[in-house]
Amino acid sequence: MIRFHYQGQGYYNIDLSTYEQAFLHNLYYAMLRIRRIEEEIERRYCEDEMKTPIHLVIGQEATSVGSCAALKTDDRIYATHRTHGNYLAKGGDLKAMISELYCRANGCVASRGGSMHLLDKKAGMDGSSAIVGGIIPIATGSALAAQLQSSDCITGVFFGDGATEEGALWESLNFAALKKLPVIYFCENNFYSVCSPLKNREPAGTRIDKKADAFGVNAEQVDATNVIKVYEATLRAILRINSGAGPAFLECIAYRWRGHSGAGDDSHTGYRDPKEVLHWETVCPVATFYNALIDQGLLHENQARRMEEMINAEIKEAFAYAINSPNPVYEDLNKFAYSD
Amino acid sequence: MPWSEAMIKSQTKLPASDPSKGRVLNYTAALNEALTLALELDPNIFVLGQGVDDSSGMFGVTKGLPDKFDSQRVFDTPLSEDGMMGVCVGAAMNGMRPVYLHNRPDFLLLTFNQLVNHASKMHWMDSGQTSVPMVVWAAIGRGWGSGSQHSQAIQSLLMPVPGLKIVMPSTPYDAKGLMLAAIADNNPVLIFEHRWLMKQQGEVPEGIYYVPIGKGVYRRRGDDVTVVGTSHILTLALEAVDGLGDQGITADVIDLRTLKPLDENIIFESLSKTGRLLVIDTGWQMSGVCAEIACLAAEKAFHSLKAPIRRIGLPDLPTPAGFTLEQFYYPNAKNISAVIQKMCQ
Repeated sequence: MIRFHYQGQGYYNIDLSTYEQAFLHNLYYAMLRIRRIEEEIERRYCEDEMKTPIHLVIGQEATSVGSCAALKTDDRIYATHRTHGNYLAKGGDLKAMISELYCRANGCVASRGGSMHLLDKKAGMDGSSAIVGGIIPIATGSALAAQLQSSDCITGVFFGDGATEEGALWESLNFAALKKLPVIYFCENNFYSVCSPLKNREPAGTRIDKKADAFGVNAEQVDATNVIKVYEATLRAILRINSGAGPAFLECIAYRWRGHSGAGDDSHTGYRDPKEVLHWETVCPVATFYNALIDQGLLHENQARRMEEMINAEIKEAFAYAINSPNPVYEDLNKFAYSD
Repeated sequence: MPWSEAMIKSQTKLPASDPSKGRVLNYTAALNEALTLALELDPNIFVLGQGVDDSSGMFGVTKGLPDKFDSQRVFDTPLSEDGMMGVCVGAAMNGMRPVYLHNRPDFLLLTFNQLVNHASKMHWMDSGQTSVPMVVWAAIGRGWGSGSQHSQAIQSLLMPVPGLKIVMPSTPYDAKGLMLAAIADNNPVLIFEHRWLMKQQGEVPEGIYYVPIGKGVYRRRGDDVTVVGTSHILTLALEAVDGLGDQGITADVIDLRTLKPLDENIIFESLSKTGRLLVIDTGWQMSGVCAEIACLAAEKAFHSLKAPIRRIGLPDLPTPAGFTLEQFYYPNAKNISAVIQKMCQ
């Protein structure tokens, strides 16, 4: 039984030619790159050399790419345990990421975080928490800092539908609305928290965006299989923030194709119907955008093939770099016990 | 609340202050001065907490600050303890220095996700790329029916958490100097104040000075026993020790001032002379501050010990609210005196 159906309209009636081709290509390239990187991580995961719990973002790439395309480099984002998509879309360094997955000394946090704690402050990927909802107040504090410093930095924070069952989210929304903080809350609703479907966790008919709206935070629901919809919703949020009207909440709906963690789909364990996964694979964020671009004559197959080649080469290089990187040494353990 | 004010005043043994040694201030005025100086010094410092701008000004600690500084520097907050603690962490990670005040440590139990899972670890987890310079302040309550949920001294619950610092002053001088040191520190620092110290008076220099975090100090010098503790119970120990002079018993009384980092050396130094250790704490005895210090002494200074280590903390029970039960629950100078006498027999 398919419990959660796709309710969007794809790229029907969206005229992509209003955007510059280079911009559209960048969006496609960014989503394809995340997909291929995730597939390569997944393919090699069984080698047991990446000793870190992975949470693949396959199926949800458009949320990271569409939102980060609207944000500036020096805007800050904060993430959950499912960091890969956010990190890459914001411009995080791929070699440092793969090295971190391989527990190497030159990983982005020197093997102290692993997959769940990717960080690249130069790119504005500023932190994550593996405690559900834990990063949301911290991101809200980042926005408070920006406000107190009269900076134009906007903070974006990503979290799942599970976080909407944590008090920390609602405490944060209340404070952000009170102070009109420059923060965008991206709720990535993929219907499942680990194996628990929404129906076990929230009353039937609950609209997450409406709850956020009730806290005085401007909220909307977004088809997050559609990168353009996410991009445009993020732009609206930024405009609103820049007008001084305060925070925004985007409920980004897309499906998690893989299991909560590890490699592969785990539908066979019984918590969801494999047909549901197949249903959402028909609205793949990468493929639907590709088809729309091809249909509207904005991308040629040759260009797409070249992108594949570039991505493959980059991935090969990054994995080779990581595998050949040094492990941490004993002395590294005691560094940074306190900040000087 | 006049009732609690009156009682705290009646409970406070005011030590003789010698004005010739310098300016005398009371405890809350010393803290108020520390916050004022800090806010004047650095525009990135801000003070927040539920009721920081109300008329009583958080026992007087924040009194007048809302008039001197704008509402972005000193502000009242939603209750949301967990959320607001995370807001402080995020602000601290991005160039600000929040000072988050709470009436009671009991309320900090709502913030452990942010304190333990986040604030304490961010610097280490991201390999030194971020710092979390923030101060969390709360005043331990006692008496007049404060009861099980308004009197808890929870320092021992946080002592094992890597990355935190824990400060427990006992004099107005230290309250100011440690507050300024905590604000200047680039780590999350918890200050556990005690409500019953707040009527104390003492010499407090003007201007900015820092009491080092992680350094204890001798409050009395003696030969027979080493008494180690912090905060309000230290004042009870001083009363006990001062009363034992007639019996020829003298003690080193060490005020650790900070529990984490812990000044082990001052304890071992004193033990090498006295050979007897009494550890005292305002919190629970079970797995508490006393237990940790006693274990350190047994591990690292066993050769100095002439007698079994003793500890005095709270029993393995919640705090009773009623007056008579409270008298049974809390240690006093008499209990401490009796234990010291027994140790020295």
